[in-house]
Amino acid sequence: MSYLPYALAVWLLVVGLYGVVTSRHLVHLVVCLTVCQSSTYVLLLAIGYRKHATAPIFKGIPLGTKATDPVVQALTLTDVVVSVAVLALLLAVAVQVHEREGTLDPEEIPAVRG
Amino acid sequence: MSARTRLGLFLVAGAGLAALLGWGVAGLPAFGDYHGPYGLVLNQVALGQRHATNVVAAVVFDYRGFDTLGEELMLFAAVAGVALILREAREEEAKRVVDAVRSEPVRAVGLAAVPLVVLLGLYVVAFGYLTPGGGFQGGVVVALGLLLVYLAADHRSYRVLTPAHVVDVFEGGGAAAFVALALGALAGGLAFQENFLPLGRIGLLTSAGSIPLLNWATAIEVTAAFVLLFDEFLEEVVVRGR
Repeated sequence: MSYLPYALAVWLLVVGLYGVVTSRHLVHLVVCLTVCQSSTYVLLLAIGYRKHATAPIFKGIPLGTKATDPVVQALTLTDVVVSVAVLALLLAVAVQVHEREGTLDPEEIPAVRG
Repeated sequence: MSARTRLGLFLVAGAGLAALLGWGVAGLPAFGDYHGPYGLVLNQVALGQRHATNVVAAVVFDYRGFDTLGEELMLFAAVAGVALILREAREEEAKRVVDAVRSEPVRAVGLAAVPLVVLLGLYVVAFGYLTPGGGFQGGVVVALGLLLVYLAADHRSYRVLTPAHVVDVFEGGGAAAFVALALGALAGGLAFQENFLPLGRIGLLTSAGSIPLLNWATAIEVTAAFVLLFDEFLEEVVVRGR
């Protein structure tokens, strides 16, 4: 039980990769990639969690109250922003692919020429 | 490569990866049994050193502010990239905009919610370093409040509310303000991005030194970045009628 969140993170990454590999639609592929990325949020937050601890926000609670790790939470925030940036760029590329090839199926897109 | 071969290859590689990662996480301390020093030290000292009750915000805008600077510029670059990719292919075509919402109740309730959502976003930003929230989170909420204008009314109103040349200024201005605050500390003889303003009384909006300014700079940048992203993708769908 105590390793369940870590196992969840591993499962999310592998399942996301499975989606990327078997995807037949570029937008679906991008969504699968965000599933992969969400595994990193789970892993980071799970590492910083302490049993019976509160959020690291000391408004109305005394200093020294047991709180979770703020550093991994800040890293997760960075992670989410990276995810948004990647998502936006890849979707823009997908729009362009549809524009040029008339399809979003990776199988039907001819190999990219330099 | 056929789909079958690829799936077979993935099953082997995926099983290997899962086993490797499983082996790796088995070496981590059990869930909830965290003893890492940095987080615990920060929870003890952040309130006294920075007067910010939200330690996560203190980490984002102060202790690891340099990291956030990179994050900010990365978002800026991503939006510029999206604009480059999409605008390049977009010639002016006949505009056939048939997206106005016809249902009066949807329109009324949707538009009534716009100021509420924007206000909620501004609240999340303003108190970001005291209670849960911050410039990134609040900025996204404000941008979604503006997008609600498109969802409840039509694209034209959304464009009128968020003229691209104004939003561009805000996006660049937010990122520039963040960099200027970091360089300002350097000019004043302090370390890069050091907190140089008076820390104020704990728990007040005027506390935490330069964290509120960095927080607002981030909020402006994030709001403008999201509005521009929505704009680019909406333009694809609405103006070209795809």
